[in-house]
Amino acid sequence: MKILLVDDEKDIVSTLAERLALRGIEAAWVTSGEEALQILETEKFDLAILDVKMPVMNGLELQKKMNERHKDLKCLFLTSRGAEEALEPGAYLAGKENYLSKPIKIDVLIKKMEEALKQ
Amino acid sequence: MSFWKKLKPTFLNYPVADKNSAKLPFDVRRIWFFTVCLISLVSIGPLVSLAVFDYTVTKADTEKEIRLHMQRQVDHIAGTVSFFLEEKKTALAYILNANSFADLNNKVHLAEILKSLQHSAGGFIDLGLIDSSGKQLQYVGPYDLEGKNYRNKKWCKQVREGKDKVFISDIFLGYRNVPHHIIAIKQDLPGGSFFILRATMDTEKFKRLLSLMKMHKTRDAFLINHQGIIQTPTLIHGVALDQIHLSIPADKEEPQVFEEVCEHGDTLVIGLDYIPNSPYILMILQEKDELMEVWLKTRWIILGILFAGIFVILFVIIHVANYLINIICKESQKTMLVLSEVEHSSKMASIGRLAAGVAHEINNPLAIINEKAGLMKDLFTYKDEYAEDPKLMGLIDSVLHSVERCAGITKRLLSFSRNLDVTIQTVNLHAVIDDVLGFLHKEAEYRSINVTVDVAEDVPNFETDRGKLQQILVNLTNNAFAAVEDEGHLDIIARCQNNKDITIKITDDGCGIPPKNIKRIFDPFFSTKTESGGTGLGLSIIYGLALELGGKIEVESTEGKGSTFTVTLPIKKGENEKPPTDERSWDYSDPV
Repeated sequence: MKILLVDDEKDIVSTLAERLALRGIEAAWVTSGEEALQILETEKFDLAILDVKMPVMNGLELQKKMNERHKDLKCLFLTSRGAEEALEPGAYLAGKENYLSKPIKIDVLIKKMEEALKQ
Repeated sequence: MSFWKKLKPTFLNYPVADKNSAKLPFDVRRIWFFTVCLISLVSIGPLVSLAVFDYTVTKADTEKEIRLHMQRQVDHIAGTVSFFLEEKKTALAYILNANSFADLNNKVHLAEILKSLQHSAGGFIDLGLIDSSGKQLQYVGPYDLEGKNYRNKKWCKQVREGKDKVFISDIFLGYRNVPHHIIAIKQDLPGGSFFILRATMDTEKFKRLLSLMKMHKTRDAFLINHQGIIQTPTLIHGVALDQIHLSIPADKEEPQVFEEVCEHGDTLVIGLDYIPNSPYILMILQEKDELMEVWLKTRWIILGILFAGIFVILFVIIHVANYLINIICKESQKTMLVLSEVEHSSKMASIGRLAAGVAHEINNPLAIINEKAGLMKDLFTYKDEYAEDPKLMGLIDSVLHSVERCAGITKRLLSFSRNLDVTIQTVNLHAVIDDVLGFLHKEAEYRSINVTVDVAEDVPNFETDRGKLQQILVNLTNNAFAAVEDEGHLDIIARCQNNKDITIKITDDGCGIPPKNIKRIFDPFFSTKTESGGTGLGLSIIYGLALELGGKIEVESTEGKGSTFTVTLPIKKGENEKPPTDERSWDYSDPV
């Protein structure tokens, strides 16, 4: 299982990647949508975890662009608002189960990741 | 009492607006007072003016009329009395011309003349022939007066010395001691001597003549002489030969009419005329009230109509003013409630946006703390080089726990900030209640309030506006917390009814609501806490919210024992055949 973490808060993604690595999950991290698209050119990932609110390109836009090339790439979203908060039109339709509210619990995250990969 | 209640404007029952809670944007009492006064003035004013005008004009007319009438009567009766006396004088003058002294000095002949006079002219009692010395030479009549000497009698002196040949006396008693009056005519004899023919007149004739005038209750007609001595009987003004106690004006050409207050205190209208060539004055008098009787009767009728009219007009004006101002008040209250709700919503929206912003901004740093602390814990757990230290693990757990608490708070803040728009969604009642209580559990702990939540298992997730439901529940639980003492109880019980409605009962064992207030607690601006800043809007707003959600709120309460608020909401919005109606009074009805 190889994970891509995208969040403009470097402290969050870098630490999260380290924690996942401790649990045997390989995770790469970047801090913007552009970097994410770049790294996807060279590496293959099973799952992407995207922050919803990012400068320049938000999580939902990024997901659309990634899915244009990598259709089977699954996505989870991180939001600093409540999980029930529909931030953007269409976000709600993407399904609540794909959303995680910050701060997250690592166990919950791993469980969600497993669920997403099973689909 | 009930009549006064009908007239009393119901809005007066409402408490006076004070500076802390302006209830209406205008002074209702002042508007009511101004309206009633103005309309009364323009409607009653002309009516009263007309009545006063009519009163004075008709009074003056009536007075003028009765004076004129009195004058005519006096003129008429005085003419009759004058004619009566002239007739007698003429008859006596004719006898003197037709008979010589010798003829008259014959008693038999004189008796025949008396008989003839009584038969033709009437009113003669006796006849006497008196010589120049005053001795009565001949007498025919019912008394024994022959030979009497009248030399010292006042009338005789006047005739003997007087310039006028004809003399009419006042009423006097004389030798016969009976009230009578005489007509005496002086006749010259050749050689400078003279004799007097004297006739005594019957006063009954006068009485009969004047009694014709006494047809009315208080009308009196009699003769007096120029000195004010009563000559013929009166009703109440004295007997014959008494002095009259009324003023006697000097002679004028025309009959005089004037008013005078008599000794009994009544105002008399007096008509008076001097009878020409006689010592008599005719007096006709009558109480003014009797003369004005017709006008007085009319006056009472007019006054009656006037006061009845004023009463009816005032009654109608007050009723109409009450009705209109009650409508204005009611509508103003509705408008103000809407404005207050808008203001409230806008305030809530601002607070919500602020809270959401704060929560959002705090969540990222919290996430960093969470991840860093999480990593530290992971390192202790997974890496041998970071030897497991129970104390450090404890500290990290504490940090993580605090982060979790903060996250809970921001989550709730975000959740509450969503109250703004109506968004119907499927809601889990238990979760909503937990959210609501999340804000209050600290207070519950401090005050040892025992909160129990019992949501029946068959209560399904249902469609409603989560934000509005939260607002309703927060308000009701807040009220309950305010009502209960420390260590009190608050029970929230939710049940499903007929698969159609969900009822949420919020029961407390607090102070309860007095029966007189219970009907009005959902009315806008009704508050018992105005002094401590209550606006009287909380329950009114959530009542409106419940209606918006297709439900209702009811209350039962026993003063001193506690209250139960029951919120009923449909499981599917719009499914109820009949939407609940607004049962608030919107009225200023009497407090029970």
